[in-house]
Amino acid sequence: MADDNGAGKSTLVKCIAGTHAPDAGTILFEGREVRIHAPDEATQLGIETVYQDLALCDNLDVVQNMFLGRERLTNVVPPILRTLSELEMERRSLDVLRTLSVTTIANVREKVAALSGGQRQSVAISRAAMRNSKVVILDEPTAALGVAQSAQVLALVQQLREHGLGVILISHNLQEVFSVADRIIVLRLGRRVATFRHGSTTPEDVVAAITGARESGRL
Amino acid sequence: MNRAHKQRPPSLRPRRVGMTLRTFLSRSGIQRWRQGELGVLPVVFGLVVIALYFQSEQPTFLSARNLSNLIVQIAATGSVAVGLVLVLLLGEIDLSVGSVSGLCSALLGVLIVNLGLPWWLAILATLATGALIGALQGTWFAFVGVPSFVVTLAGFLVWQGVQLSVLGPTGTVNVFDPYIGKIAQSFLPGPWGWILGLGAAGVSMTALWVARVRRRDAGLAASASVALAARSILVLAVGISSVEILNRFRGIPTAGLILFGLVVFFSFVTTRTRFGRYIFAIGGNAEAARRAGVNVSGIRIAVFTLAGLMAAAGGIIFVSRLTAASTQTGGGTFLLEAIAAAVIGGTSLFGGRGSPWSALLGSLVIGSVSNGLDLMAQPPEIKYIVEGAILLAAVSVDAIARRSRAAAGR
Repeated sequence: MADDNGAGKSTLVKCIAGTHAPDAGTILFEGREVRIHAPDEATQLGIETVYQDLALCDNLDVVQNMFLGRERLTNVVPPILRTLSELEMERRSLDVLRTLSVTTIANVREKVAALSGGQRQSVAISRAAMRNSKVVILDEPTAALGVAQSAQVLALVQQLREHGLGVILISHNLQEVFSVADRIIVLRLGRRVATFRHGSTTPEDVVAAITGARESGRL
Repeated sequence: MNRAHKQRPPSLRPRRVGMTLRTFLSRSGIQRWRQGELGVLPVVFGLVVIALYFQSEQPTFLSARNLSNLIVQIAATGSVAVGLVLVLLLGEIDLSVGSVSGLCSALLGVLIVNLGLPWWLAILATLATGALIGALQGTWFAFVGVPSFVVTLAGFLVWQGVQLSVLGPTGTVNVFDPYIGKIAQSFLPGPWGWILGLGAAGVSMTALWVARVRRRDAGLAASASVALAARSILVLAVGISSVEILNRFRGIPTAGLILFGLVVFFSFVTTRTRFGRYIFAIGGNAEAARRAGVNVSGIRIAVFTLAGLMAAAGGIIFVSRLTAASTQTGGGTFLLEAIAAAVIGGTSLFGGRGSPWSALLGSLVIGSVSNGLDLMAQPPEIKYIVEGAILLAAVSVDAIARRSRAAAGR
């Protein structure tokens, strides 16, 4: 999804993620019409959103962040005392990171505060992918990153796609969009103005749609 | 995602089983220091310096009798500080704990002396009152949205007022109940001290080694056996020397045992349970915790309830030590000493970093200074100035550590 500032992508994402109620329209998910009123309803459908601020706790380590809110527990004294299954969570985190070919995180017990921007983004995306999700929405995942770190994140996006997840990537950066997207949707002033297929379009066409130089795209 | 995982069973190759000592040191020590995770080292160092200074000025400072006294003196402040640590971990503050302690001590006295309640019922009622006050303040903060600083500042005044009215015109209730007195004035018989001390050291050492073996079996990086051996020896040395010294006087003070038990219990709660994990998460990033599905308001109320409960426990220990509840109980520097203890021990005022152990270490620092200056017959004004300076120094270390953490996050 590509657009200019203020074109309405954040609002659209919030509607899909359930943090914002749509004024009108329907949401189709796997061919069915669904209504999403709250974030956990979106999560139950398998829609995970990685916001720009990543929502990570700096004072917790990678494993603790990946399992935040979904901790694995061991029953020590069944109804009263349940403790955290740290080993299980650590193994699962390592497993997920390896499956997604995230090689930049050497130590999953490192505090997130000590990670680079690209590593943090990788943690946030891996967390979203780990949770039985079907669709992952990424809001400007590379906006604050340098060239090398952006490449890491884009490689991760490719991995998600290869593992069968739908990825909605929101970005200003056309080069990036062209490197990973199958379908490019342009929003302008809150409306979809164009949909392009990767391979049958050029960056110039997309720019033209974003700026409004040409009103209708090839649908 | 799931499909992908089924194709690839989680057969983990043990990539890095057992770090060498060198990587352990560079990873856990120096790197953490650079990132501003100072741990307990600064406070232990400070404690040693303080002890050496007072010992050189007053040779009785490190005597068994004085150390035993010191432990009884810090038990009340330490217990209150344990509750405060939880609040600080959330990134909040509770300024009412001194007044709540005072009110609870007054209540305990009145319930036993004026109403003739049995000691155990009076203790239960007092603890319940402290917890209820904490829950009330926590609810006000979590649901009405008034900053905890303001809610508990109001509480600071309100509960002091209630304390004065509970005590009535005389302002003092003498509590000579033998059971209440035992809390702060009894000692564990020598052999029991050894059983308990060695038992505790044994359990914690076993836990360390079992954790290592389990990590190795799970194919995860485990700490070097040399480092673990060093830690085990340290635990054993601290255990043996504490029991040996305290037994030379009258044994382990019961009040010290209560404080130690509270620290161990809450340290377990904060590091091993989901509740504890959520306290840290909220202190680190409340919005992230909320989005992850954590019941932020519920955890906040629970933590303020625990702070109230610990304040009540501190008040009870106070009454036991002084055999009286008065208008002075919980007042004066009590609140600031409890906050100072938590912060000096290494719990961050900025939330999300710290441990209940810091309540113990910090109250040892504050208690040593107070006790040492008393031994040197210094007037209270000197005590205030020194304690204030130590508090400022501790918070400065915290603030500087926080800056270097921000700098280390590339």
